[in-house]
Amino acid sequence: MTMKKKVIEVENLVKRFGHFTANDRLSFDVYEGEIFGFLGANGAGKTTAIRILSGLSSPTSGKVKVAGFDAGTQAEMIKRNIGYMCQKFSLYEDLTVRENIALYGGIYGLSRSEITERTAQLLDRLRFREYENKLISDLPLGLKQKLSFAVAVLHEPRIVFLDEPTGGVDPITRRQFWEMIYETAERGITIFVTTHYMDEAEYCDRISIMNDGRIVALDTPSNLKKQYNVSSVEEVFIKIARPAGS
Amino acid sequence: MSVVVQASGLSKKFGQTAALEDISFSVNESEIFGFIGPDGAGKTTLFRIITTLLLPDSGEIKVLGLDETRNFKELRKEIGYMPGRFSLYQDLSVEENLEFYATVFGTTIEENYYLIKDIYSHIEPFKKRLAGKLSGGMKQKLALSCALIHKPKLLVLDEPTTGVDAVSRSEFWDMLSRLREYNITVIVSTPYMDEAMRCDRIALIQNGNLLAVDTPTAVKNEFRRKLFSIRSAEKHKLIIALRSLDETISSFPFGESVHVTFKNDRLPGNIDSLLRKKGISDASITETESGIEDRFLELMQTTAQQDHKTA
Repeated sequence: MTMKKKVIEVENLVKRFGHFTANDRLSFDVYEGEIFGFLGANGAGKTTAIRILSGLSSPTSGKVKVAGFDAGTQAEMIKRNIGYMCQKFSLYEDLTVRENIALYGGIYGLSRSEITERTAQLLDRLRFREYENKLISDLPLGLKQKLSFAVAVLHEPRIVFLDEPTGGVDPITRRQFWEMIYETAERGITIFVTTHYMDEAEYCDRISIMNDGRIVALDTPSNLKKQYNVSSVEEVFIKIARPAGS
Repeated sequence: MSVVVQASGLSKKFGQTAALEDISFSVNESEIFGFIGPDGAGKTTLFRIITTLLLPDSGEIKVLGLDETRNFKELRKEIGYMPGRFSLYQDLSVEENLEFYATVFGTTIEENYYLIKDIYSHIEPFKKRLAGKLSGGMKQKLALSCALIHKPKLLVLDEPTTGVDAVSRSEFWDMLSRLREYNITVIVSTPYMDEAMRCDRIALIQNGNLLAVDTPTAVKNEFRRKLFSIRSAEKHKLIIALRSLDETISSFPFGESVHVTFKNDRLPGNIDSLLRKKGISDASITETESGIEDRFLELMQTTAQQDHKTA
């Protein structure tokens, strides 16, 4: 890995709500094509930070650049350059696979010919041809999850945010899903994962752990395990992340 | 040791979908029995049957020696149920919710306080707060307190730790372990494989079938093949390379490494050069111990092969 390009640059990010400091001087960078795990206990300040990184909220102070755009002044540009997939499916259950792809393509501002081309690519890559005219509600869970991810990167964003991407799926589907994530990262798309599932964190290139509004650890899973002399990220997490107020 | 749940041949269909297919198991007194499996495996359907909220299409089930249809009223008094979705009254306070559940079951908070003290003390400082305003971890503790306040003999918890952070999850399991002292039997479900080790016995469940029922260690040890853990900076390339080798039986990503089994349980002598030919020059290989998830994967593959043969 030479000449790593930064796609997220955060320097001294502070976000306050009244007297409450949700993000307290966060500083970190995320690189192109990296799989970055963003961890923390409930209430540690992750959601606040992600809202800022995705252009939904602006920082109180500090510098935040996402895909080259400033989170304080260019939020709209950030939104156009990111993708998002949450645990609860964002696909429309009563539309078909093909209709969902077309709908999202339209929302992301792709042209008609781009939509046709990318729909074909996506259906082939996922081997989804036999399902293209099926309603989402009739698909098994694993397929829905794969399709949600493919749709979240349909517009080739610089970064895609994933919230507990493989929660609740069976072990084989989980691995197929991670392989999709690896392929996507190899294409240069940065994967930003939030999860409570420490097994998922083990798959990331680097992880950060937040506690009480601050980042208290940031390294590769194996370096963190070495540093704390434990055998899993779960143990690292339990050692350093004390949940706020519970 | 008495049997608390005895189920044999349970089946349940919803329309064309078989949610449970011929399921048999038994749960003993004071044990923590975990159903481990993904969403849609049939865990919630099974739990609704155990708690008398749903009847199976066929098969038999006895809970605490009682019949689910004839004795359902008696049975419900003995069961504490925490459904997967938070189902307390959001617009009642913490204390009011607990009070409500105690009253419905004809008891008082004082009478059984000793049972919930360990858990409830964490949220007691917020007892005037509306339940809807609690954090995830606190909601979970309140729901558990409400399910316990009538001193049930059997506690049924449907995915109690989903969406809860790792620290709170670990505390939650500690609390469950302490319930053994009061002879309360716990049946719990989870999609998190790493929680299996916290149970006395587990059942792996997938597509409405039980793939295995035993102690977590025994389930793990059923994985008989030699398992190798291989690492490379280029993980995805490594997986593809391993899969293309004739000697490979299975290769699955496991966090930072790839878990691999080979034919004849032998690491190919020329593995380094085989991988180098595929462009992997930094592979580090160690033999590793299998976990529950390795066994789950193996069982899923065998079932898939059997289905293929019979189809």
